[in-house]
Amino acid sequence: MSQKNEFKLNPKPSWKELPIASIIPQPSTSRFYLTGDWRSFRPVIDKDKCVGCGLCWSYCPDAAIKWFEDGSVEVDLNYCKGCGVCAEECPAKAITMVEEVEE
Amino acid sequence: MAKRIALECSHAISLAVKLANVDVIAAYPITPQTHIVERLSEYVADGELDAEYINVESEHSAMSACIGASAVGARCFTATAGQGLALMHEMLFIAAGNRLPIVMAVANRCLSPNLSIWGDQSDMMASKDCGWIQMYGENAQEVFDLTLQAFRIAEDERVLLPVAVNFDGFYVTHVIESLTVLEQEEVNRFLPPRRKAKYTLHPDNPTTWGPIGLPDIQTELKYQLEKAIQNSKKVIKEVWREYGEISGRYYDVFEPYRLEDAEVAILMMGGHCGTARIAVDRLREKGLKVGLIKLRLFRPFPFEELVEATKHLKALAVVDKAFSPGGFGGPIFSEVRSAFYDLDVKPRIVGFIAGLGGRDIRVDEFMGLAEKVLRGEKIEKNYVFLQVRE
Repeated sequence: MSQKNEFKLNPKPSWKELPIASIIPQPSTSRFYLTGDWRSFRPVIDKDKCVGCGLCWSYCPDAAIKWFEDGSVEVDLNYCKGCGVCAEECPAKAITMVEEVEE
Repeated sequence: MAKRIALECSHAISLAVKLANVDVIAAYPITPQTHIVERLSEYVADGELDAEYINVESEHSAMSACIGASAVGARCFTATAGQGLALMHEMLFIAAGNRLPIVMAVANRCLSPNLSIWGDQSDMMASKDCGWIQMYGENAQEVFDLTLQAFRIAEDERVLLPVAVNFDGFYVTHVIESLTVLEQEEVNRFLPPRRKAKYTLHPDNPTTWGPIGLPDIQTELKYQLEKAIQNSKKVIKEVWREYGEISGRYYDVFEPYRLEDAEVAILMMGGHCGTARIAVDRLREKGLKVGLIKLRLFRPFPFEELVEATKHLKALAVVDKAFSPGGFGGPIFSEVRSAFYDLDVKPRIVGFIAGLGGRDIRVDEFMGLAEKVLRGEKIEKNYVFLQVRE
């Protein structure tokens, strides 16, 4: 489904601006909500250990892992909540959860 | 030409729902409501009503099915009572919050324990804050009319709220009465098919209903509902006026009886108003200036209209067929007391809790409580639990 890449709703509307019953009249708006803000631990992938099986991709509850044709994977940190399921499930122990710290 | 027929009050509602040409009925049988949906299922089975009749496994599912169907754009009806309404409780809020114009008949029944199939108003009163427009009828004619009006009110674009039509279990539901019904053409003119809503559930144009409500949205959402139900009163009165022009039967938020020169009035809702009227007449024969206010609209509560009509009284005796354990008497009593708080001169307002679990309220009991109030008898707690054996 093609989507216009813009969020048309006012995130803090007055009660009159709020669509009736706060119905969201635009599909797929969750893409505009960056749940990566919630994260306190970040998955770091050791590319040398990764066997490219894609189990992390299939387990990720937020579809925040991209799995490419060549078997390599990449975490989309805009959406990754840092739950650690990927690190737990990785059969090659290639994913480490690293605490997010302010630099 | 108006047609006068005899019908059981439950069936008067079934007939109104058939004339309203509903699209979906989802219901679970429960005494004393069952006759309504039983008759509706016959209409559907006999091909007299072209509707989806969904036999659900519980009242929670009945309301859920109505919510889904209404969100698609269907005209929906369900009916329940007592425990069934309690089981629906969660979904009542979803229906109102999603602004779905569902119409439901509630055959008011006492809540358990003990298992009581008999009437009082404790079921709807336990759900009074669910955001529904709530009306109470007294007889077959009134519930027939209220049901037809309910669809018009609910579906009005200025309202878009579900409506509950309440009537007393057994005392009203199972009584056969005469009533005048509208012809199908008259109903079609008064109640055309439901207009397409601004948002509906449709795969071609996806929308999200009931998403997560973070703290920065929820207050505005709740206020929107509050404004909608407060503003609905204007539309309700408009619909009642229009219905009056068609049928000759004019409705209002309450119905006064011998009120103009009264010093004391009994105020209550539902079927026992008939008995209360007899009590008023007998007290009048004794020279006592007593009147009655039959309250019809409980939500939105007609605060201003009530104060205007009753502020000349010395006292008001509010009779509740429900109560709030540990609270301040019955729910109608609490509202009426609040309505008068800002007035410097106001009637004495006394609450009576009676008629619980199907116990009759007799003429002499109505006369007794009115006389008690009229005499200015001291009442310890501002409200009295009547009919209790010591």
